Amino acid sequence: MNSKTADRIATAIFGLIAFIIVAILIGLFAYILGNGLKHISIEFLTTPSSNVLGGSGIRDQLFNSFYILFLTMVIAVPLGVGGGIYMAEYARPGKITNLIRSFIEVLASLPSIVIGMFGLLMFVNLTGWGYTIIGGALALTIFNLPVIVRVTEDAFNSIQGDQKEASLSLGVTHWHTIKHVLLPSAFPSILTGVILASGRVFGEAAALLFTAGLSTPRLDYGNWNPFSDRSPLNIFRPAETLAVHIWSVNTQGIIPDVVEKSAGASAVLIIAVLIFNLSARWIGSKIHKKITATK
Amino acid sequence: MSTLTTTERVFDVKDLNLWYGDNLALKSINFPIHYNEVTAIIGPSGCGKSTFIKTLNLMINMIPGVKMSGEINYRGKNILSDKVDLVELRKNVGMVFQKGNPFPQSIYDNVAYGPRIHGLKKKQELDEIIEKSLIDVALWDEVKDRLNAPAMGLSGGQQQRLCIARALTTKPEVLLMDEPTSALDPISTSKIEELIFELKEKYTIVIVTHNMQQASRVSDKTAFFLMGELIELDDTTKVFSQPYDQRTEDYISGRFG
Repeated sequence: MNSKTADRIATAIFGLIAFIIVAILIGLFAYILGNGLKHISIEFLTTPSSNVLGGSGIRDQLFNSFYILFLTMVIAVPLGVGGGIYMAEYARPGKITNLIRSFIEVLASLPSIVIGMFGLLMFVNLTGWGYTIIGGALALTIFNLPVIVRVTEDAFNSIQGDQKEASLSLGVTHWHTIKHVLLPSAFPSILTGVILASGRVFGEAAALLFTAGLSTPRLDYGNWNPFSDRSPLNIFRPAETLAVHIWSVNTQGIIPDVVEKSAGASAVLIIAVLIFNLSARWIGSKIHKKITATK
Repeated sequence: MSTLTTTERVFDVKDLNLWYGDNLALKSINFPIHYNEVTAIIGPSGCGKSTFIKTLNLMINMIPGVKMSGEINYRGKNILSDKVDLVELRKNVGMVFQKGNPFPQSIYDNVAYGPRIHGLKKKQELDEIIEKSLIDVALWDEVKDRLNAPAMGLSGGQQQRLCIARALTTKPEVLLMDEPTSALDPISTSKIEELIFELKEKYTIVIVTHNMQQASRVSDKTAFFLMGELIELDDTTKVFSQPYDQRTEDYISGRFG
């Protein structure tokens, strides 16, 4: 076979692989949206769910998903970015650093159901909180943290060393160099990593089954007192998220319209993830352009 | 090494040894540097000239596993033994690197970076410093209309002059230049050389270069390094006309390196 033919075949194969990936994605979206969109209505999004009656909605589950995501990120991003900066900038290369890196990798590869069981032990039983939003958020932090540490470390390591040299040679301290030069340069990569992690968190069910629970108390959205049992903001209440809800209506739902509800909820889930990803990317590139002064 | 003039020394390096791990990279260097002179350092690749220049502002400490012995006296104070304030040292001893390394920010922000971090807030004072520094490096006329444009959009030569301007904003008295023109075309190179001529009025300059013509054009003193040793340090005219050491003569006449 001459090299031109080989080249053509290789091009065709890679093209085919790309096509398969795109086709799977489009097929999935088309199927989920095709089945689900017709069940989504304002009413569906604003009515609480019911265990027995038909015509219920997903209002609380939707709110819970965003709230848990938000809390998780509030805890995980500072810890993860801090850990990543430590690994990239302060840890001396050597055995201990490699050991820490292995720990982080092991943590990243833990199955989410195991993290859920650990969460049950730690944040539900040991603390005596029961099923709570904060317990779910902490379990998801464990799930998330290694990814953010890794992404931050990689982002810092991929910045060219000469920018750091330039800053240090101006008599700028290491910390100010990190803050004013390295972190802004690493920001877009870190943001992308955080978005990908957020998508995982938003769709995660297994780690939440035993930590945030399968139920939501009756919520009063006019009640903003975070210590009140009926306030949506209370972090010590149980909270069923959208992903958990899809799982639970499918496995144990006795409502008459199970199929419609889970199709609608699935469509809402992927639309939410999509909107979140696209808008966060857009914000990231805006910020990047502002710092680098490119148009 | 007899004809060194005895003007005041800004740096006085005495018996400096430097190891990378177990590898002795600088051997017993004695090197005085005088105020308001341009000192060029020449030598083949791997001779230790870049290593040496990076000891003067202790940028060498960025490399893990570096050990040093001896003295590097800056204005009479040994920066190797005394508790040295790196911030002060590096504000006074600026550095320009092989490749222009602007930050991925606007031209203005690049030059404003040092003064801002060192506490200058007033827009008017910043504007003045930036204009002055850019005029000093003959870049002002080329960029004054687009100070908010990204620095990465400048040509290689402009980027390098921008980096020199950035180094000047901390008002250093010494400027270290580590092969500042090795990545530039001849026209940009000659602009930087003209610049060095003008800067020597106000600054003490140490320049590492691969280019012997450059050394002979811009410097007052020339030092020749070979395999971690300082072979010769003398007036540039003397080094290039009647070198004291045979190896120097071999190198500058192109017999090796």
